[in-house]
Amino acid sequence: MTGSQAGLALSVLLACSVEAVEALTIVLAVGATRSWRSALTGTGVALVLLAALTAALGPAITALPIGVLRVVVGGLLLIFGLQWLRKAILRASGLKAMHDELAIYDDELVAAREAGAVATDGIDGYAFLVSLKGVLLEGLEVVFIVLTFGANQHDLGLAAAAAAVAVAVVLGAGIAVRGPLARVPENTLKFCVGVMLTSFGIFWGTEGAGGHFPGGDAALVAIVPATLALAVGMVAALRRRARAGSGHGEAAVRA
Amino acid sequence: MSRLRALGAFLWEFVVGDDWRIALGVAVALGVTAAVAGAGATAWWIPPVATVGLLAVSLWRAAARG
Repeated sequence: MTGSQAGLALSVLLACSVEAVEALTIVLAVGATRSWRSALTGTGVALVLLAALTAALGPAITALPIGVLRVVVGGLLLIFGLQWLRKAILRASGLKAMHDELAIYDDELVAAREAGAVATDGIDGYAFLVSLKGVLLEGLEVVFIVLTFGANQHDLGLAAAAAAVAVAVVLGAGIAVRGPLARVPENTLKFCVGVMLTSFGIFWGTEGAGGHFPGGDAALVAIVPATLALAVGMVAALRRRARAGSGHGEAAVRA
Repeated sequence: MSRLRALGAFLWEFVVGDDWRIALGVAVALGVTAAVAGAGATAWWIPPVATVGLLAVSLWRAAARG
């Protein structure tokens, strides 16, 4: 396995794990309060739709000329990665609330209980639709990452396999714990995914636009740690800024 | 029509997210990279520099809003 392939597999694995944990919380909440059969049916339908979308779009994307593919997909990946990284940095610096699976699970439980009577025969519409929507929306981000990484590396199979491994691991852990995976360091994982998406987006976008990095693919070895250092530095700067702000506030109150 | 609007809103939120300036900045940076590379000059440094600037500005705006 080359370094680029390892980066591809790791990025897809981490991103898919995060999204799978979030989808699992929703499915567990509606399954536990309303109907396991309906929640799992909704999950199954969503997974089939996501697989069909990947199978339909994959060949179409890989048929594009490599220059066009890299600049379009690299640009989208850079935009996507910067959004992930922005949120992760704001969370790590205390400016945005941390993602809390237990709180989300509790909210979903309350909403599911307040959604009227559970259908006793056949499929419970609420459990089916909430599971379907939850898995589909979280899964769309994974499909996007699988397609962009897989197409650019010409290795859709590896990207899809990494996503499948992540779903299997999260599902197995969910069955073992029988509850939301609140101990998964989700915010840290999102930070790492943001760094990887941004780094690969910079590389592919630049190469696609005709600006070739010195060293070719080996440049990623410098881009990934540089992006990580930038993100960590921005967290530190924002924390300092917040502390300085609260210091000024306290001084003003004392005055 | 409302479904089309909803789909458009979903795609906008999905791709562009919380700060449209990032999406615009990335598009401009890649366009400038293509133009500079097309003119035969070294252009690989443009997207990394743009990334630093876009992220910093977006974060500082978010921090200033509290």
